[in-house]
Amino acid sequence: MVVLLGLVVSVVGALPAEKAVMTQPPLVPPAITRTTPAKVTVELEVVEKVMQLADGVDYVFWTFGGTVPGSFIRVREGDTVELWLENSPHNKLPHNIDLHAVTGPGGGAASTFTAPGHKTRFTFKALNPGLYIYHCATAPVGMHVANGMYGLIYVQPKVPLPKVDHEYYVVQGDFYTDADFGVRGLQPFSMKRAIDERPSYVVFNGSALSLVGDRALKAKVGEKVRLFVGNGGPNLVSSFHVIGEIFDRVYLEGGQKTQEHVQTTLIPAGGSAIVEFKLETDGTFILVDHSLFRAFNKGALGMLKAEGAGNKEVYSGREMEDVYLGDESVASSVKATPVAPTAPVAADGKALYAANCAMCHQPEGQGLPGVFPPLAKSDYLAGITSSRRAEIVEFILRGKAGKLTVNGVEYNGVMTPVAGLDDVKLAAVINFVATSWGNKSAPYSTAEVKRYREALPPASAPEH
Amino acid sequence: MLSVLAAAVLAASPDGGGAVTLPAGRFAPLFGLDEGQKDFAVAAFRLDVRPVSRAEFAAFLEASPAWRPDSVSRQLAEERYLASSKDAHSPRAPVVDVSYFAAKAYCAWRGQRLPTTLEWEYAAAADEVTRDASGDPAFVQRILDWYSRPSRPGELDLEGSPRNVYGVEALHGLVWEWTSDFNAVFVTADNRQDGEQPAGTMCGAGATGSARREDYAAFMRYALRSSLSARSTLPTLGFRCAGAAR
Ligand code: HEC
Ligand SMILES: [Cu+2]
Repeated sequence: MVVLLGLVVSVVGALPAEKAVMTQPPLVPPAITRTTPAKVTVELEVVEKVMQLADGVDYVFWTFGGTVPGSFIRVREGDTVELWLENSPHNKLPHNIDLHAVTGPGGGAASTFTAPGHKTRFTFKALNPGLYIYHCATAPVGMHVANGMYGLIYVQPKVPLPKVDHEYYVVQGDFYTDADFGVRGLQPFSMKRAIDERPSYVVFNGSALSLVGDRALKAKVGEKVRLFVGNGGPNLVSSFHVIGEIFDRVYLEGGQKTQEHVQTTLIPAGGSAIVEFKLETDGTFILVDHSLFRAFNKGALGMLKAEGAGNKEVYSGREMEDVYLGDESVASSVKATPVAPTAPVAADGKALYAANCAMCHQPEGQGLPGVFPPLAKSDYLAGITSSRRAEIVEFILRGKAGKLTVNGVEYNGVMTPVAGLDDVKLAAVINFVATSWGNKSAPYSTAEVKRYREALPPASAPEH
Repeated sequence: MLSVLAAAVLAASPDGGGAVTLPAGRFAPLFGLDEGQKDFAVAAFRLDVRPVSRAEFAAFLEASPAWRPDSVSRQLAEERYLASSKDAHSPRAPVVDVSYFAAKAYCAWRGQRLPTTLEWEYAAAADEVTRDASGDPAFVQRILDWYSRPSRPGELDLEGSPRNVYGVEALHGLVWEWTSDFNAVFVTADNRQDGEQPAGTMCGAGATGSARREDYAAFMRYALRSSLSARSTLPTLGFRCAGAAR
C-alpha cells in the first residue's frame, strides 16, 4: 500500500510541469499541441474593482483576474491541474472557486476558501473533456456570481477539435442595480432585484460595450470561427443567437455531442456551448440573447465583423422594393394624395417610430450608449444641411454602416434598412423624429421624400 | 423617545468615549438557533464605543514585549502582523492586522474579553435610532455598499462615524472585527454544505423581503469570520473589547 502510494506520487512528480497560458476575454489561449499529460499550474487572483457596465455606468465588479468573465483557462484532458487562488489584501471579502471541470466535493470551493490577503492551492485531475464554467461559491453565492465572479475552463479533448481560424471567448451575465439600464454614475448592487430576478443589465463579457464598435470580434470572409460561449447567470438562461448566421456545428452544453445547422442554442446559467460557423459573406453579424428585450434594452448585444468580398450568391442584398398596397389599395391611395407638405402627421409618425425605430434608438430617442446613437437632441441630425437632406431617407431605406459621431460619441454600428414605409409614412416618421424631444429640423414633405427616394442608387449595401 | 433611550444608556455609562453598557434583550442571529428556537436572551454587557485604536494597542505593546512584531511567534500571528501600523493613519484609527490571539491578549490585559458573536451582532443590528434596523432598506444598503467596495487608503479614519442607539460607533463601514467565537459557525460556500445551519434560518418565520436582505449582510460577516484562522491578520480586520455590565 505504502509502496503503491509512493509510486503514484513519483508518477505525478514525473509529469512535465508548465504554467497555463491564460487570456482575457474575448481571447482564447492557443490550442494545446502536447499529446501527453502534464502538470499545469493555474494562478488566479481575485480582484475587486470598478469598471464600466455600460457607457457612463460604473459598477464594482468582483473578478477572477481583473476581467468579467475571468481569465480563460485551457488544459488538456488527463492533465493534473494545480490551482492557486490569491485574494488581494485590499479586498474586503473572502472568496473561493468552484470549477465545474473538477470531480470532487464542491468543485474546489471548500479547499480554496480564502480570506483577503491569503492564497490557497488545490490539485485536481481533468478527467472529463469539455467547456466548463468556474465561479465563486462563497456565501451569498448568488451575489458573488452577480458581481462577475465566473469564467470558463476548457478541458481540451485528447483528440482536439479541428483547427479553425479564430477562437473567441464570450460569456453572458445578468446584473442587478437599483437604477434601470443606462442611468449614469456608480450603481450599487441591488439584492432585491437579484432575488426578484429582474436584471437591469444583461450583457456579454461584463459590459454592454465589450463587443461593439472597435471591440467587435473580427474575421474575414471564408474563415471559420469557433466561439466558446458561457453563461455565468446568476439567474437567466440564454437563447444564444448570431443574427444572420447559422451555426454549422454546436457542441451542446459544452460536451461531446454535436448538432448541426442550429439557429439558436440554449445555454443554461452555469453552463456553456461551443459554436462553430464559417463566414460565407461579409457584413456585421450581431450576437444576441434572442430573448430580445435583453438584447435591445439591457445590453446583451455583441458584434462580429466579417471583412472581405460579399458573396451575392449567398446573400444578394435588397434586390427590389416597391409599394405593396394589399387590399387597402383604394383607401391608402385616396389618403395619400391630399396630404399637404406641412400636414400634422405627428401621431402617425409616433406610431411608425415605435414600430420601426424604437427597438434600437429607444422609445424616447435616447439611444443605447455605445451601440445605437441617440436621435433626441442629436447634433448629427441637427447638422444635416439643406443640401444633405436626402441622407436620412437613404439611412432608413438603405441602412447605414461605418463610423459616425453623435454628440461627441463615435458609433461604428449597423443600422439595418427599414422596409415597408411608403413616402407618406416615411415623411411621417422622419418628421416625428425631426420635431420631437427638442429636435427642430425643418419638416419634410411627401414630395420631397419621394424625390430623394427616387434618386437613391439601387439597393446593394451589405446587410445582415 | 428613541433619543431619550440613547441618552439614558449613555448616562448610565460614566466612562464616556470608552465603553457603554448595552441593556439585556433578545436577539435572533443568522446562525446558531436550534430547531424551533426563536431567539436568544442576551444579558446586559459593556462594549467599547470604538474599535481599539493604534495608540491604545501601542500602549499594550509597551507593556507586553512578547506581543511586539519582532518577538511574536508565527503560531500566534501571521507575517502581516501589525504591518499596516507603519502607514500614515492617525493614532485614533483602529488597529488592524492583529490576530485573534493578539486581540484576545489585549482585552485580557485590560481585564476584559472579546465580545461573543451574538453580542456583536446584537449591538450591530442597531442604527442611530432603533435597536433593530434590519428592516430599514437604507441601513441595509449602507452596510452592503461597504462590503462591496475594496478598501481604500485613508478610510480608516473614524471622524464622522455615527453612534448607534446604544452609543456604539462604527460597527459597520470601518473594519471587520474579531469575536471570541468567530469560528463557531462555518459558512463557506453554498449554505447547502453547512451542516451547522439549521434548515430554514435564512427564511425564518416572518422574514420579509427587507429582513432577508439584512440576512445577506449578516451572511457576509459570517462568511468572512469563517475564512479566518486565529493567527490571521488582515488590513481590514480589527477588534473591540467587551466586559461585564456594571
Ligand atoms: C437595427 C437597429 C436600428 C433601427 C431599427 C433603426 N436604426 Fe437608425 N441607426 C442605427 C445605428 C446602429 C446607427 C448608427 C450607424 C453607424 O454607426 O454608422 C443609426 C443611425 C441613425 C441616424 C443618424 C445618427 C443620429 O443619431 O442622428 C438617424 C437619423 C437614424 N438612425 C434614424 C433612424 C430612424 C428614423 C429609424 C426608423 C425608421 C431608425 N433609425 C431605425 C440603428 C438602427
Ligand atoms: Cu467571491
